[in-house]
Amino acid sequence: MNADAIILGTALLVSTACALLGTFLVLRRLSLLADAVSHAVLPGIVAGFWLSGGGRATLPALLGAAALGLITVTLVEALTRSGRVKGDAAIGLVFPALFSVGVLAVSVYFRNVHLDLDAVLYGEIAYAPFNDLMVAGRNLGPVSLWVMGALTAVNLAFVTVMYKELKLSTFDAGLAAALGFAPGALHYALMALVSVTTVGAFDAVGAILVVAFMIVPAATASLLSRRLPIVLALAVLAGWTASIVGYVLAILLDASIAGAIATILGVQFLLAVLLSPHGGVLTRTRNRAASA
Amino acid sequence: MTTHPTTSAAPLSVRDLTVAYRDTPVLRGVTLDVPAGRLCAIVGPNGAGKSTLLKAVLGLVPRAAGTVRFFGGDLARARRRLGYVPQRGSVDWDFPTSALDVVTMGLYGRLGWIRRPGRREREDALACLDRVGLADLAHRQISQLSGGQQQRVFLARALAQDAELYFMDEPFAGVDVPTERAILDVLRDLRGRGRTVVVVHHDLDTVREYFDRVTLLNVEVIATGDVDTTFTPANLRRAYGDRMAFLDAPAPGSALRAAPLPGAADD
Repeated sequence: MNADAIILGTALLVSTACALLGTFLVLRRLSLLADAVSHAVLPGIVAGFWLSGGGRATLPALLGAAALGLITVTLVEALTRSGRVKGDAAIGLVFPALFSVGVLAVSVYFRNVHLDLDAVLYGEIAYAPFNDLMVAGRNLGPVSLWVMGALTAVNLAFVTVMYKELKLSTFDAGLAAALGFAPGALHYALMALVSVTTVGAFDAVGAILVVAFMIVPAATASLLSRRLPIVLALAVLAGWTASIVGYVLAILLDASIAGAIATILGVQFLLAVLLSPHGGVLTRTRNRAASA
Repeated sequence: MTTHPTTSAAPLSVRDLTVAYRDTPVLRGVTLDVPAGRLCAIVGPNGAGKSTLLKAVLGLVPRAAGTVRFFGGDLARARRRLGYVPQRGSVDWDFPTSALDVVTMGLYGRLGWIRRPGRREREDALACLDRVGLADLAHRQISQLSGGQQQRVFLARALAQDAELYFMDEPFAGVDVPTERAILDVLRDLRGRGRTVVVVHHDLDTVREYFDRVTLLNVEVIATGDVDTTFTPANLRRAYGDRMAFLDAPAPGSALRAAPLPGAADD
């Protein structure tokens, strides 16, 4: 398989897996919690790395990250419910604490291996073609495609099968609870998938930019449509166009691929703010001029 | 061992319900019975715990003590027989969905997990929207509805639940006159079909006209019973304290809507 196809394929899968969950995060006003989870999973990755003896996007690392993601959500909720700090302050307290533990562990124990801080923070999707999945001596192709392909499938299945329940508990958690749809359990399931997806996307885009892939396409899409299925589709589409345009841009500029994609995501959002048919800045100005 | 809910058991029976936020009791020792087929108001000053009472009864906030029975059984058994209309401000009306879709959510309980609503659900939801006079706006995005229309969408959603016992949190708050009429029509229609409705209400002027029973609440139950015997100036003063000293509720049985507003009716 050629390197361009592998890198672009990984980027498309990362943006799909992220946009599907991100749409619900944005609608639930949980963007900051996603940011927190993406950082707080670091000690889980380190623990997984330690236990498995190598590789970030392996099963132990994914499980460790999912556990840390759930711990983050639980701690934030416990702090908020204690009434001693407000919701956003609770997030601000929990994730730097967990992230710093991860940073310490990386810098002390893994100084000389390829789990370095740069890789954790920024990722490097350009390495995707050089890391193949080996099973019983057979080369099955790039790990990144396998991991992100599996995560995309899981996220797509979750959002499709649980669509009605996710929509109801996002719009009105009270009614969801009253009808017996366990919005609390659904919330934790969503955050567990956010944690796992974050880790799966680490190799490609790192801890900081993965939030851009989760939140920006969803925020862009929700400016462009008032119907949830369309918002979901547009979020995925926005991720795809940014991946393709960003990849070409990165090659032209000889720059970071993930950085270029995230930049295009930002440009798309800006265009949506200006041109949205539902109250975009320029749309409103033009309508006002037309009606004057 | 299991007690089967019987049709004769009261729709709602609350015993010694206490709810506390941190260490402060919000509700203390609330005991309340709601008989079938009646429209029941819960009134009381701000911070009296009216909304909390609904939420605690429905298990949406934790109870510190007390028992709640629905039709003689527990909440899990009665869930499908209950309908809840939260305060309009409790949800985000910018959510990307249509009026019809919100009403359809009221049918999710009968669908259960995973099954999607189909043509039958959409038709039922549309019929409910029609009952509140909003069939024309079925496909309107919910942020483009007026406050009163949003309240009616919530009411239509509750109708879609086809419950036997309804809880409504301030449905009349800040609505326009057509909406108030529409809500009242629906309430009376529900009563006509033997349903029971518990309404958190803020407008003391309309309690006598709209409701059969009233519970005066101020952390504790001050009085509960038929409107004629319970909604008295003495009980109101006990519930509201000195702030209500000006209030002289009209005598039981007097012409209600025609009577001048309390306060304007000074001697």
